[in-house]
Order: sequence, then structure tokens, then C-alpha cells
Amino acid sequence: MNIEAQSGKPTQGHYPYEAWENVTRNEPHLSSIDEPLTLSELTSPFKAIDPVRPEESDLTTNAGTGGEAIGQRVIITGRVLDENGEPIPGVLIEIWQANAAGRYNHELDSWRGPLDPNFVGRGRCMSNEQGVYRFLTVRPGGYPWKDETNEWRPAHIHLSVMGPSIVSRMVTQLYFPGDPLFSMDTIFQAIPEADRERVVCQYDHDLTEPGWAMGFRFDIVLRGTQATPFETDSDHNGGHK
Amino acid sequence: MTIALTPTQTVGPYFSLGMMPEGSNVLAQSNTEGEHIRIEGNIFDSDGDPLFNVLLEIWQANAHGRYNHPLDQRSLPLDPTFSGFGRTSTDANGYYWFQTIKPGPVPYQEDRMQAPHIVVLVHASGIAHPLITRIYFADDSRNEADPILQGVPPNRRSTMFAKRQERDGETVYRFDIVLRGESEELVLEGKIVDEATDDAVRGTGKAETVFLALR
Repeated sequence: MNIEAQSGKPTQGHYPYEAWENVTRNEPHLSSIDEPLTLSELTSPFKAIDPVRPEESDLTTNAGTGGEAIGQRVIITGRVLDENGEPIPGVLIEIWQANAAGRYNHELDSWRGPLDPNFVGRGRCMSNEQGVYRFLTVRPGGYPWKDETNEWRPAHIHLSVMGPSIVSRMVTQLYFPGDPLFSMDTIFQAIPEADRERVVCQYDHDLTEPGWAMGFRFDIVLRGTQATPFETDSDHNGGHK
Repeated sequence: MTIALTPTQTVGPYFSLGMMPEGSNVLAQSNTEGEHIRIEGNIFDSDGDPLFNVLLEIWQANAHGRYNHPLDQRSLPLDPTFSGFGRTSTDANGYYWFQTIKPGPVPYQEDRMQAPHIVVLVHASGIAHPLITRIYFADDSRNEADPILQGVPPNRRSTMFAKRQERDGETVYRFDIVLRGESEELVLEGKIVDEATDDAVRGTGKAETVFLALR
């Protein structure tokens, strides 16, 4: 992993989200073709992935430096469910995030936030038989992505979820409750208002470990493969024009 | 009573931090059964320019047409050297490649089969959900009877065909992906897919890839 110089002026053009207006117009505009589910979509790579080691889910130490990441320790845990509320075991969840200062350890991110040598910002785990997954990490910072309009992204963690079918393949972002940046965030605001609470984790004192880490709950609901009425094309989850 | 799905959001520009183990675009080992092929292509944006940093995932059956998944219990051999899953991202030229094998045919319904194909998921910054398409092999005669291709307007089917070439003794299938291409009218009139009618082509001249909505 490329750990760059930890200070210095921001480089012009080095906020990848600056290109936002350009990428959003790449959304396909022709009609998508309805496809019935076949074995190709009812299956997925979820059993074809290398086993996950337990230490991969601890982002505070998985940099492997022997040191601990700086920041507020948080436990992110919840269940992976289908739309009938049934737990889904064996689901691979991959996460990536900025460090406590809001800086990604990624070559495309070079704003003036400091890097943390003990924090890579990636983790993996798999849901257990009860559908439960759990990460230990540090709470990410928000970060700027457009200087001219002073726009910042709320603190968030990216999640890639590999469910048991192609239908249930899902990528999203998790936010923290009460973030003052929600109202100005293009990505958060793109979610229909009634659904936004479903991408915000909830503080849960029962998950908080005394003298150690604050606990947050985030359940993940994946589309199942039963024939259910599909949502409209304007929905946010799986459909596209 | 069902519960609401978790909303999907864009993968953003930093996905390689969390999702890119090394070498995951090499699916086939030297002893993997089947016809070894390279699949390569470029991804284009709405201006017809190559698009950098797009995540691609592929999922396919092995050479016998068997998926490495508990739902596939048919009495076909699994290949322990082949998972069927690949991941890569595009470089500054919008270019990607996979080293894999040509999959065998898989069933559709009852006795009917599908032509050999590879499922492709395209995750692009700024697009809130994966775009799903399929790679078919242009030189495979089974395409004509494929039930999914038959659901695609004939003039758009060619965007799902990977074209075969031989290069340095290697079989290469080229599969470009156009996230947002020309208008449907232009495509349906055949003005894009027919390379002989160059003068009729406006704009980028690139036909938008067919993306599938799973029902």
C-alpha cells in the first residue's frame, strides 16, 4: 500500500469526486433488457472466494505494523438478511474507508488530511450462521471534495456485499447518525428521502464495550431470488433504465 | 411482509483499497480444463472516451458448464483449479483484461440450454448500482438459440458479442463496453452497428452496451 507524504498542499485536480458531473452522465440511457433469472444469476461467487482470516475484520490493527490506528474505536455489526428477514450466512463483506482524519490511503486521494501509518482502511469478514457480521475500526473523518464550493462528504464506510446470487450483489455506503454534512452530500441526497435511514448505522449502547469501543448497528438487507414484484425503474436498488 | 432493501450507492473512486486482491483477473491456471482465452476490451464514457478506474467483475461456469455454487448440483465435474470469479479495474486507457477459459453451456429451463456466456458486473464511480451484462462468444453457433439473446432487439445484440482473434498463438476475445452510447433510434436503424455506413454515424459512433434488468 502506497503511503504518501503526510503533509503538503493539496494538489489541483486530485479530488476524484471533482469529476462528479462528468461521471454521472455516463448512466446508460437506453432501456435495459428484462431478463428472467437463470442459473447464471441465481448463483454467485460467494463460495468461490478465498477464506477470510479473523484478523482481517480488525481495521485498527490489520495494517500489520504492530501499531494501532489513531481514532475513536468503533464496532460496526449487524445482520445480513433477505427481504423476508431471514439471515443469510456466508456472505462476504468487504469495507474500505478514510482514516480518522478523512484521508484515504489511496493514490487517488491527496488532499491535505494526514495519513496514519497504522491504518490501511480495508477489512473483510463473512456473515456467520445467524447472518451476523462484525468489524472493529476507527470512526472515519469527513473530507472535502470540492474546494471552490466548499463541499465535504459526510463520514462514511464503503461496503461491498457478495450475497449468494448475482441478484443479491450489492455495493453501498454506511453513514453515522446526525452528521451535519448530510444535507449537502450529493451521494446521500441521491437516495430517496424515505430510504436514507437505511444507510445510517445506529448507536447501540448494548454493543458498546466498556473501556474499549463504541458500538453501532447496521443491518444489510439483500434482494432474494424468489420471484417478487420488481421495483420501478426509478428505484435505487438494482433497477436501471 | 417483506422488509425494505438496503439502498445501493456508488462504488466511488477508492474501491481498489477494499476490493482488489492482486492477480484476480487471472482465473485460469495452466492446468485448468477448457479452452484458454484472454478477454480484453475498453470501457467508454458518454463522450466515447476511455473511462479510467471502473471495477469489473465476471462470473462464469467452468468448461463443463458447472457453476462453483451450492445451487448447482448437476452431475458435472467441478474443476478445483477454477473458481469462475474474476475482478479487475480499467487503466488510464479504459483497458481491462481477464485470463480465463471459455465456459460450457448452462441450462435455461427444463431441457433448453443457454449459449456459453459470462456474466459481467460493471461498477463505475457515479453510478449507484452495478450494471449487468453478458459476454457471448461471437463465433459460437449456439448464440442463435439463446433465450436471453432472443429477448434483446436484434440490432443491439452485437454489443454482447466478444469477437475472436488470434494473437501470438493466443486466443483473444475483444469485448468493449459503452456505458452510455448513442440514441436508441440510431442504434435500431443500424447506423452504428453497420460499419459500412460510416457517414450515417453521428456523435461518438459507439452503440451503448445492452444492460440487463434481472426480473
